[in-house]
Amino acid sequence: MLEEIGVKNIEDLFQSIPEDLRLKQPLNLPAEKSEIEVLNELGALAAKNISAECCPSFLGAGAYRHYIPTVVANLISRSEFYTAYTPYQPEVSQGTLQALFEYQTMICQLTEMDIANASLYDGASAAAEAVLMADRIQKKRKKIILSAGLHPEYIETIETYLHNLPFKIVKSELAKDGTTDLEALKSAVDADTAAVLIQSPNFFGSIETLDAVKEITASAGALFIVAVAEIYSLGLLNGPGAYGADIVVGEAQSFGNRLNYGGPYLGFITCKDEYKRQLPGRLIGMTNDNRGQAGFVITLSTREQHIRREKATSNICTNEALCATMAAIHMSTMGEEGIKEASLQCLKKTAYAKEQLKKNPKIRFPHSAPVFNEFVIDIGKNGRDVVEKIAKNGVVAGFPLVYYYPERENQLLLAFTEMNSRQDIDRLVSVLGGEL
Amino acid sequence: MIKGRSGLSFTEDLIFNKSCKGAVGYSLPPLDVPDTDASSLVNPKYLRNKPIGLPSVSEVDVVRHFTKLSLWNYGVDYGLYPLGSCTMKYNPKINEVTAAMPGFADIHPYQPYSITQGALELMYNLEKALAEITGFDRVSLHPAAGAHGELVGMMIVRRYLEDQGDPRKKVLIPDSAHGTNPASAAICGYTAVELKSNEHGRLDLKDLEAALDGDVAALMLTNPNTLGVFERNIKEIVRLVHEAGALVYMDGANLNALLGYFKPGENGVDVLHLNLHKTFSTPHGGGGPGSGPVAVAKHLSPYIPKPVIGKKEDGTFYLDYNPPKSIGRVRSFMGNFGILVRAYTYILTNGAEGLKAVAEHAVLNANYIRTKLKGHYHLPYDAETLHEVIFDDKEQEKNHVTTLDIAKRLQDYGYHPPTIYFPLIVHGALMIEPTETESKEEMDGFIEAMIKIADEAKNNPELCKNAPTKPVVGRLDEVGAARNPILRWKPEDKN
Amino acid sequence: MYPKNLFYTDEHEWLDAEGSEGNVGITDFAAKQLGDIVYVELPEKGDIYSKGETFGTIESVKTVSDLYMPVDGEIIDVNVELEESPELVNSSPYEDGWMVKIAIKNEEQVQELMDSDEYHAYVEEQKE
Repeated sequence: MLEEIGVKNIEDLFQSIPEDLRLKQPLNLPAEKSEIEVLNELGALAAKNISAECCPSFLGAGAYRHYIPTVVANLISRSEFYTAYTPYQPEVSQGTLQALFEYQTMICQLTEMDIANASLYDGASAAAEAVLMADRIQKKRKKIILSAGLHPEYIETIETYLHNLPFKIVKSELAKDGTTDLEALKSAVDADTAAVLIQSPNFFGSIETLDAVKEITASAGALFIVAVAEIYSLGLLNGPGAYGADIVVGEAQSFGNRLNYGGPYLGFITCKDEYKRQLPGRLIGMTNDNRGQAGFVITLSTREQHIRREKATSNICTNEALCATMAAIHMSTMGEEGIKEASLQCLKKTAYAKEQLKKNPKIRFPHSAPVFNEFVIDIGKNGRDVVEKIAKNGVVAGFPLVYYYPERENQLLLAFTEMNSRQDIDRLVSVLGGEL
Repeated sequence: MIKGRSGLSFTEDLIFNKSCKGAVGYSLPPLDVPDTDASSLVNPKYLRNKPIGLPSVSEVDVVRHFTKLSLWNYGVDYGLYPLGSCTMKYNPKINEVTAAMPGFADIHPYQPYSITQGALELMYNLEKALAEITGFDRVSLHPAAGAHGELVGMMIVRRYLEDQGDPRKKVLIPDSAHGTNPASAAICGYTAVELKSNEHGRLDLKDLEAALDGDVAALMLTNPNTLGVFERNIKEIVRLVHEAGALVYMDGANLNALLGYFKPGENGVDVLHLNLHKTFSTPHGGGGPGSGPVAVAKHLSPYIPKPVIGKKEDGTFYLDYNPPKSIGRVRSFMGNFGILVRAYTYILTNGAEGLKAVAEHAVLNANYIRTKLKGHYHLPYDAETLHEVIFDDKEQEKNHVTTLDIAKRLQDYGYHPPTIYFPLIVHGALMIEPTETESKEEMDGFIEAMIKIADEAKNNPELCKNAPTKPVVGRLDEVGAARNPILRWKPEDKN
Repeated sequence: MYPKNLFYTDEHEWLDAEGSEGNVGITDFAAKQLGDIVYVELPEKGDIYSKGETFGTIESVKTVSDLYMPVDGEIIDVNVELEESPELVNSSPYEDGWMVKIAIKNEEQVQELMDSDEYHAYVEEQKE
């Protein structure tokens, strides 16, 4: 090949990199390794982590351990799905395109909204994109109201995205019962409010009264944006679309995606039909080919960065397509009945856990609002220390809220799913009790 | 070269139309706690008392449905993807095995550090390796994709300049740049100013100098650029930009050509983003997920996103959630860890020598294709190219055959088309990047197909204009799809 | 080639000025360059723009272009047909494909525009 090209050796092909800029030494990295060595090395690292497979875990806080039917891993390991490129050449990508079209539909059904896109990175960045989208729709209003019940990392992400843009962010505090204080929200909303962003169930587990919030935003002409961090809640609760939400975003990791230490996850965004041209990210549409057959394409591409560049609805290019495909397979396998049954199990196991924990007089419950699968307890002792101690005994006792809320240093956020057996829950109760 | 045959590719309905009342695909253990009524736990008016609208199908239905769908997809495991700027290299299967280890895949991001030391150590080691490969001080593994990394990089630039007293207003971006560059700059509150490429496809130094004023915050440079050409004046470019008080951001999408040969961080670049789903072999997944780490020089290290990995004196790892000058965060949790595991596996497998060989073979392969096709397709730029090469349809257009037609006809020969119509500065661009994982035999097959198509364009253009005929669908009505968008199935559509 | 009674901008808009009002659209040269039009984004009645300002956008599948005001003016009517039938811009760029009707705020600017012959020469130049 070198001969055909007309050079003597491979280095000659790098002539365009000036000699004085080229590396003189090899990279300071270990030598290549065989499969056996690599698997041993990675295996040793993996062994230093304790996973929920062997150790009961009650961590939620935006990422949840749910049952994933074995077919999901089996189907998604088909290399036609995972080694495929972005479907810019639709004729040879109909598999990915139809799977994503089905995913879009399912997300719409769950949220009760008109249009969903083909994924964003995660719930937090989706929330930030929703705010930017609200700005494109509202144009002149610059005030954004964020409920203090939003996941703290969603709030941080929104603040980071908006930092260099002319917005005013206002936080709307929680009422005692753990939901957003509606009176405070009402006084904060005004004619300069572009949007109100509220999470339900919120970070502390409380189910918000979305119908009441809608009334407040509607009367001020502000957009009503809802974030859903635990999408399984929509198996049980009405979708925010039923309450007139303009945009619904969130995290769909719970559907078919393993915990993966924080990513890759699956952000979703949905909206009312009239706003579809302001949506960020890729959209899959149905159409016909030149033989009269139905098929799918990426559509409304003029919104995207490769065409509209600095005026694009977002800078996003690569998304979470494979995670969305996994979610579609998951939602198809669990189906109408399975999603409902699993979410009911989440609700009831959480209620059982609460009942058992209530029996311990040292445990208090700061918030009284109804919950889906998460709630906060106050243990009267430093939460981080207790969780650390209990972890050594093989139980992960929730998220110490002190990480984000110094005033909540004695509080833990506990999550329960269909994966937590009664024995696991009893063990948590007993192990916690032993520390108090 | 592949001759024509058809596969088992028949139509497959939407899964919603396969629903059958009572069919289920799952099994859960029975409820083992008291069966409290939902309406006593939650206000009944918030409970969904209507169907969700998800499918009701059996496990066999699900498997058959998605298996059939998969058969319509081209993937790297099927054949070569000559997509310029995408670096569609083979995805090693060992990556899939390590990423699926329960010790990596089933750990929650908020677990106490004492029980996730292996994950933290992996991220720490990966950062060190990427820093070594690119020549930078620190690397943030936080961004979820390249564009996300660009955003973080530009936010870091802005915060640094703010601390210096003036964030400035403009960012200079070559006309050959990927659309994500100006889009990311805009989110940072900057105005994008376009710089023209010269007749060799490189940045014009005079134009650059003229454009650099006290309002320029940064130059966003792709190197090698999107034409596959190395900006050999990089030293001078860096000097000019720094002299004007601005920073050099480098888009690392084309890093595949530089591994073991050139370290941007040692040549004055202030901040660089990487695409793990390009250079570092993580799979493309039909559009994602990816990962876009950001490498920064020392003066920018304090600004990287939170949380930041740290190593204590006792050798244990932890996460610092409050580095004082951090720009903040652009996503929840730490990063696309599952993708990081794959990239780390790739780096360990290849080692120093292996990574250099990657660049060498990537450049060799691209130049081989360039040599073989240059008599048949027009080369708009004469400059030497590294890991990718651009042709255009100037020859074929004489007979009204366009780049689009060539791309669609290539599908009939069993190949995925190259990148088309990008960069925008080349009319009818056909950008080819074979990557290092293609053998000479594979490339010869692709070359043979391309030459046949050039011939057809001259003597039998209808074959190109009517292509493709082999895939499951022909050309799709994208106009109709955009005029009357159908973006979901509705229950009323059920047949 | 291009209707004699219209005035033209160098961004390929046409203005049908009748005294102090006029319709605005794009020429068939521009429409051909864009290809099949899929969407036109138009302003609201009452919006005011100066000469050269962007008053909307027009899209084909793979491109989007700004629409520029030929003269200072206020939008007094908008062609709502284009919402359902953007293809009218392709089939009838000078009639059914009209985009906005404006109240001309500065009639002198009308004289600064090109006439049919000047626009024709301009387009021929562009083609080279």
